[in-house]
Amino acid sequence: MADRLHVGTRKGLFELARRSGGWEVDAVHFLGEPVTAVLAAEGALHAALDLGHFGAKLWRREAGGNWRELAAPAFPPKPADASDDPHPWTLGKIWALEKGGVPGRLWAGTMPGGLFRSDDGGESWTLIEALWRMPERRKWLGVAGGEQPGINSVLIDPRDPDDIRIGVSTAGVWASRDGGASWRIINRGMRAEYMPPELSEEPIAQDVHRLARCAAHPDILWCQHHNGVFRSEDGGTNWREVTAIRPAKFGFAVAAHPRDPETAWFVPAVKDERRIPVDGKVVVARTRDGGRSFEVLRHGLPQHHAYDLVWRHALDVDGSGERLAFGSTSGGLWISENGGDSWRMPEARLPPIAAVRFAEAG
Amino acid sequence: MPVVAFTPALERFLKAPPVTVEGATIGAALAAVFAARPALRGYVLDDQGALRRHVVVYVNSLPVKDRTRLTDPVGPRDRIYVLQALTGG
Repeated sequence: MADRLHVGTRKGLFELARRSGGWEVDAVHFLGEPVTAVLAAEGALHAALDLGHFGAKLWRREAGGNWRELAAPAFPPKPADASDDPHPWTLGKIWALEKGGVPGRLWAGTMPGGLFRSDDGGESWTLIEALWRMPERRKWLGVAGGEQPGINSVLIDPRDPDDIRIGVSTAGVWASRDGGASWRIINRGMRAEYMPPELSEEPIAQDVHRLARCAAHPDILWCQHHNGVFRSEDGGTNWREVTAIRPAKFGFAVAAHPRDPETAWFVPAVKDERRIPVDGKVVVARTRDGGRSFEVLRHGLPQHHAYDLVWRHALDVDGSGERLAFGSTSGGLWISENGGDSWRMPEARLPPIAAVRFAEAG
Repeated sequence: MPVVAFTPALERFLKAPPVTVEGATIGAALAAVFAARPALRGYVLDDQGALRRHVVVYVNSLPVKDRTRLTDPVGPRDRIYVLQALTGG
């Protein structure tokens, strides 16, 4: 199991370690700075910052322990024929950081909707031009509360590093089978309650809040969508709505069990006008039968006047499938050692949490 | 030659001492700074080379007008201040 946990918050990166007495904050990095994404890979730790004045930045901690700033992903000069592009050609935020399945390769999903690849461990980044220059990309809609679309999920098929799925707020699920050279939208079967009926099943209208994949069964994907939970058994092409989710179908985060294709976790909330836990009680919804039924897990979670919301990247499960963690907009952080049956809060009162991620095991 | 001075808020991330540079416009003066300190560029300019939305640049007591192409003229006795805009919170 992973014995280290990285928590990206509005005010820094908190590194927790599991000791005999439980989990505790072991180190704090970038105190005071917003951290939007974190990734441990090949012995290094990557942290994406969103500096209010000075832009989005990327740092790496080498195995030796020293932090160093890397070149952040950057967009090319905006050509004259792109003057009607509704989205800026400048990096807004690094939202998703993932390993690429081959040594040195990393992927970064960003606002305003650019996907970047690095083949040197994050030292340099290349915009995936085929996706960015697609005419359809200009139809992507901004994330609620912002003007920019965002790539929130990047799934690399463990069987083939050139097989890529991305989840976009708001533009559905896009796929490339050739390492990013060509792209198509693939999702069918989702529905959008916030669109006119004629457009509700349009693939590009689907607000995919977050995608998760079962590592051992890569064709099994889960989606927490703006108005529901969906499951795919064919790698994201066809989706079936999971209507048994409770106590609510709205939420942002989803975690898939690394081996069991039937098990996934969600953190539901009252739907979008309010965005608070149902009845002020923080709960995790777990299915172990592919979404046919859900257990509502609450042991150790606040059940009285709790208004914690859990963002897209703030729920994680480690490689064992037993250890989970999630963090909230109110700075709550809970860790489970038993698949979600019970939860404990470390001795910390953290800033609002954007990203929770276990380090690599071992 | 104009002097370019940076907000001390940048010192959290990198060194940005005041520097005397050649340059007849804001863009030329900043380019001269970034030639010596390339890591500083991304903190001040966005990917398209415009001033970041929440960065403000003054020439002496006046904010620069052209935030996109950075064509405001500067003279040899001017001081250029690169600061955090209050719009950034």
